[in-house]
Amino acid sequence: MQLVKQSPWQRFRPWVITAVVVLIFAWAFSGIPLASVKPQALIITKAIFHGLFHPDWSYVYTGDGEDLVTALVETLAIAFLGTFISAILSVPFAFLAARTKKGFFTPRSTLGKVILTIVRVFPEIVLAIMFIKAVGPGAYAGVLAVSIHSIGMLGKLFSEAVENIDRGPNEAIVAAGGSALDGLTLATLPAVMPEFMNYTLYRFEIAVRSAAILGMVGAGGIGAPLIFALQTRQWPKVGIILLGIIIMVTVIDFLSGQLRKKLV
Amino acid sequence: MESLLPERQFSQKWHIKGLLTVVLVILILFGSGQMTGVSTDFSWDQFWQILIKMTQPDWSYVSAIVTPILETIQMALVGTLLGTIIAVPFSLLAARNIMKNAVARGVIRFFLNLVRALPDLLLAALFVAIVGIGPMAGVGALTVFSFGMISKLFYEAIETIDDGPIEALTAAGANSIQTIVFAVVPQVFNQFLSYFLYTLEINVRASTVLGYLGAGGVGLYLSQTLSLFRYDRTAIVILAILVVVIIVDGISNRLREALA
Amino acid sequence: MASQTGTIQVKDVSKVYPNGTVGLDHINLDITSGEFVVIVGLSGAGKSTLLRAINRLHDVTAGEILLDGADITKAKGSQLRVLRRNIAMIFQNFNLVKRASVARNVLAGRVGYYSTFKSTFGLFSKADKEKAAENLNKVNMLDKYYTRADELSGGQQQRVAIARAMMQSPTVVLADEPIASLDPKTTKMVMDDLQHLNRDLGMTVVVNLHSVPLAMAYATRIVGLRAGKLVYDKPIAEVNEHDFDGIYAEAGDKE
Repeated sequence: MQLVKQSPWQRFRPWVITAVVVLIFAWAFSGIPLASVKPQALIITKAIFHGLFHPDWSYVYTGDGEDLVTALVETLAIAFLGTFISAILSVPFAFLAARTKKGFFTPRSTLGKVILTIVRVFPEIVLAIMFIKAVGPGAYAGVLAVSIHSIGMLGKLFSEAVENIDRGPNEAIVAAGGSALDGLTLATLPAVMPEFMNYTLYRFEIAVRSAAILGMVGAGGIGAPLIFALQTRQWPKVGIILLGIIIMVTVIDFLSGQLRKKLV
Repeated sequence: MESLLPERQFSQKWHIKGLLTVVLVILILFGSGQMTGVSTDFSWDQFWQILIKMTQPDWSYVSAIVTPILETIQMALVGTLLGTIIAVPFSLLAARNIMKNAVARGVIRFFLNLVRALPDLLLAALFVAIVGIGPMAGVGALTVFSFGMISKLFYEAIETIDDGPIEALTAAGANSIQTIVFAVVPQVFNQFLSYFLYTLEINVRASTVLGYLGAGGVGLYLSQTLSLFRYDRTAIVILAILVVVIIVDGISNRLREALA
Repeated sequence: MASQTGTIQVKDVSKVYPNGTVGLDHINLDITSGEFVVIVGLSGAGKSTLLRAINRLHDVTAGEILLDGADITKAKGSQLRVLRRNIAMIFQNFNLVKRASVARNVLAGRVGYYSTFKSTFGLFSKADKEKAAENLNKVNMLDKYYTRADELSGGQQQRVAIARAMMQSPTVVLADEPIASLDPKTTKMVMDDLQHLNRDLGMTVVVNLHSVPLAMAYATRIVGLRAGKLVYDKPIAEVNEHDFDGIYAEAGDKE
């Protein structure tokens, strides 16, 4: 019995791929100074975990507006308002970027997709800093940063929803003598609305995480007290803030997930 | 003529549920507006100044950020790889069809949920505090971040596999490691690679800003140029990020399509 | 509206697609008020294109189509909308807004009579709501008034679509393969509904069908298309079943 012969490329291909992957990672590791860890890293790690298990409960609520609960509510407010504004702003971009006609050359849709890609990749932190220059430090700048940055992702998801709907009902409205706007409001929007809401909730989950970070550059929310506590090495305070963020994110993910299940 | 319209209950007729939802959303919106101090105050000339400076990028700065951009990619690669290696055993322990013990599975999943609740930049801030300023902090943050993400994607992939081969191997007398090697890995390998690439895309994007907090890579140059008001240079950094993200996404998408 | 009786005159109409495919080839067809015309032919023969040209969901490249004397191929804006609201259309896949209630779907048939502002916010008049209920009653769907359209079976959805068409108070009803996605029993109900529109309400009905027996059972006149050309046109009394062998023969069979 004789085995079928493989061509040289078939025989070497796995080796070539393996070699390329190994080379890529060798290059990657070469750039990271693995030994450059601070000597007291272990001590700090222990301190953080100690803080996590012995959190500073007194910080949870003080009533003077400088406590954990206030900061978390502010974080949620930034995420909620930002996502809401973003969802509204995303709708025109979605229709701009949606490819609803067949063909190779679709300048309108391509333009929309390019704009959305740029918005999506533009770092949210940089946006936050730009807005801080315009409106001063605080939660307002955070709201603006979330509102604009989220358009990149929401606009893309919305436009895909528009591309995937059945054009038939829209045609039926036009055939009955409706205008293009009638078709949009009576057929297209009702069809895409549940998907839009689903994506908006999903984006809200992400916005809660970003809003928790934006404070690190001064754009309101829980980020500012966290970075302050880290720099001043108040580990019990770091611990309670981390716990607060984890609980907030988990609860929001759960609630939003339940709501999204209902939408479908 | 008598009306043919069917009767509806009061609550249905006035859309009570929908109305309440709308009222609730409006209340939260107003509350959020109060809380965040949103107003119509907006210094347009400040904002325009920044934007105008950004539209005139300082091209001579490109050479200065090549090395940090490459460092960013290295961080992303290393972080994703380390995170994936740690994630594999955890994903097996969290998969319903591998880990039959519901309590142990629940504990593992709870732990994974906790890890996933931490945003990438928050991890970066923590790791900067722990290991000090530099790319190691970024690698640490990305490792933990990709660990949380990959382990969830992996265990969901494992749960969708066909149980037949597992049964066949168990029937042939294989132990649990042999079962995983011969029945689980071949079924999920391509999906794993695809998720690895997907996570790498996200990590490349994340790694570009981690440096803002001192965790290595090109993000450091974001914070430097911004604090010196050199927005013409900030624009170069953002453009470089855009280019890298588009290239990595493009390559990764190609590879993922080939895997599918 | 005495002048609107539902006559359709298709005069020397051709349609050539941008890629050169000929959809319709010099079609001439006079449909008088109150006819029940069935158009038969193979898939791709141009049945659908012809029907969609009549209410101008498709543009034609040459010729004119007169509806009660008005040329729809050159109508614009609100003039086109007014012409269209006199022509109701029923689609193969119903084209209901799946996530809206049956009532809202039926009322959508009235859009041609409302401003966009009013239709958007659902400000339909009491009279129209009554009319929607009446029309749903006629197709035995009144009990589903508040039901969401996606909870209905295919046959039920098509009957809602017929109620929507009736809302337009049209003089002409076009039906593009209305029964292609239905089972035999609902097929009969839908065809009976169309017959009711024709016989009892005096509307001109034009239907695309695949099935010759169904055409023979309901039509007052049968028109055959083949490769974009009108190859057959006879009142039902003169139709012989073997006439259709030519229409349904593949191009290669005859040679």
